[in-house]
Amino acid sequence: MTTANTLEPETLEERPDSGRRTSRGGSWRRALRRDWQLYSLAILPLLFFLIFRYAPMLGNIIAFRKFEPGGNIFGEEWVGLRYVRMFLNDPTFWNVFTNTLVLGGLTLLFCFPLPIVLALLLNEVRNRKMKRFLQSVSYLPHFLSIVVVAGIVMQFLSLDGPVNQILQMAGGEPISFMQRPEWFRTIYVSSEIWQTVGWGTILYLAALTTIDEQLYEAAKIDGASRWRQIWHVTLPGIRPTAVTLLILNIGTFMAVGFEKVLLLYNPLTYPTGDVISTYVYRMGVQSSNMSYAAAIGLFEALIGLTLIISANVISKRTVGTSLW
Amino acid sequence: MTRGYRIFQGFNAVILAVVVVATLYPFVNIIAQSFSDERYILSGQVNLIPKGFNLTTYQIVGSDPMFWINYRNTVVYTVVATLIAMVLTTCYAYVLSKRHLKGRTFLIWIAVFTMFFNGGLIPNYVLVTSLGLKNSIWAIALPNAISVFNLLVMKAFFESLPDELEEAASIDGLNTYGILWRIVLPLSKAVIATMVLFYAVSFWNSWFSAFLYMNETELFPVTVYLRNLIAGATGAEGAGAAVADVTQAAANIKSVTIVLTVLPILAIYPFVQRYFVSGVMLGAVKG
Repeated sequence: MTTANTLEPETLEERPDSGRRTSRGGSWRRALRRDWQLYSLAILPLLFFLIFRYAPMLGNIIAFRKFEPGGNIFGEEWVGLRYVRMFLNDPTFWNVFTNTLVLGGLTLLFCFPLPIVLALLLNEVRNRKMKRFLQSVSYLPHFLSIVVVAGIVMQFLSLDGPVNQILQMAGGEPISFMQRPEWFRTIYVSSEIWQTVGWGTILYLAALTTIDEQLYEAAKIDGASRWRQIWHVTLPGIRPTAVTLLILNIGTFMAVGFEKVLLLYNPLTYPTGDVISTYVYRMGVQSSNMSYAAAIGLFEALIGLTLIISANVISKRTVGTSLW
Repeated sequence: MTRGYRIFQGFNAVILAVVVVATLYPFVNIIAQSFSDERYILSGQVNLIPKGFNLTTYQIVGSDPMFWINYRNTVVYTVVATLIAMVLTTCYAYVLSKRHLKGRTFLIWIAVFTMFFNGGLIPNYVLVTSLGLKNSIWAIALPNAISVFNLLVMKAFFESLPDELEEAASIDGLNTYGILWRIVLPLSKAVIATMVLFYAVSFWNSWFSAFLYMNETELFPVTVYLRNLIAGATGAEGAGAAVADVTQAAANIKSVTIVLTVLPILAIYPFVQRYFVSGVMLGAVKG
């Protein structure tokens, strides 16, 4: 009885399984024979992903291993959570962690909704030539190098720059903006708005053109005012786009404009300007504490991944839009 | 048209005018400064029109051999990196566009996953260093060879091509490479142009890879040249070595370097803008 009972499920399981395996192997062989030329085109790109994307992911293992410059890129010996404990006890880490949250939060607060507002305003422009001109102008800053943007910002805010000229004309004292920690966040977020908001309207403008004109007609017949039409027709029409972009923005929340911060900050503005990624850069590349920096970097990347996954789950449950 | 709506239209026009001015003012100001006399800049008299018009600063920047070496580097890096990126992206996008291909979903996920999780700065730095790519063009070109967004745009485009053409070509005896080269690519000129622009602009503008992996001034692209110039102003790190002797014209030199760096982008922008827009749409709709 018992032997039969235990044997039976095993044989039942094994048969279809082994059958599937041979057929799977066979179909792979057939696919390879038929499409080997296609697969051969994928070899170089796959090597790229393997070496320059997935190897660094594994390379994060040096967060838990001792690393020596010039040695094995995966480290020499296990040290467990030593570096994790080290950064958790590092007051500078908590400072840059807070700065990252504040700067990321402010960026999200301004750079997510403003493109929607601008797109709605552009959408109300009836003159087509005018509209195209406005779009061209507002997309332009997106195409500039971050170095150029940083250069413009610094020229603008220098002691003899336009902003200080206006301040002096109004009777104020000139301010050395770039050296003042209390100004860093304002400067960063404003330059981010300047560079990203125009380009950010593209997807919303595209979504707006797909809204069915009949919906507006129907709303008008129902006696809806312009405002009610925007509220009941336009906004629901661009909601999927907005949710998708919100998820993506939340995913990059922790990686706040690393390159821009690196260009704009200086030791005087570290108290508000220094973020996780710039701290990682200084610790790792400048001070050669690779393992310590990798531990912090990994921590940041894991938070980012968690954020995007949770944002995706929440939006799937609540509004039914998701990335995957 | 109700009165409220007319008020709104006026209001809207004002806001959009402010947006246009706020976007363009920094550009015009920098261009005006680059042609102006240093005295007027320092006394804050230069706004939209150059004052004390002269080309001296352009001559100063132009006479710095390092500027031209770095400018040429930018051109070389951009061309080579774009070429490599185009070959890899096109090949992979074509493979991914074949719906019948076994293992296609897995191949797509290999690419898409890297959008949400990446190795991070330090492991990348360790890898590139240990591969011996430092101080070479490969440190810039190889680690950024495929942008997953561009890959998805191209894949979406290839998927939209009719299958019949390729089937006919394969009946005529063309193999996969021949079909890609002679049938698919000629049909994809628009998307290829878009992708070349996407990559070329991003390589032209990039500075951090070079900043991270290049130690010698002669290897810098012009963006790093500019970066060293502006970093000197904040006193944060070392100043641009080559122009240290003319610091009295610092503000002017920066403006000129900025203008010369963005000039190619500004020159092509009016003609290529629509390609960018259509490329982003294609990526957004299908990606």
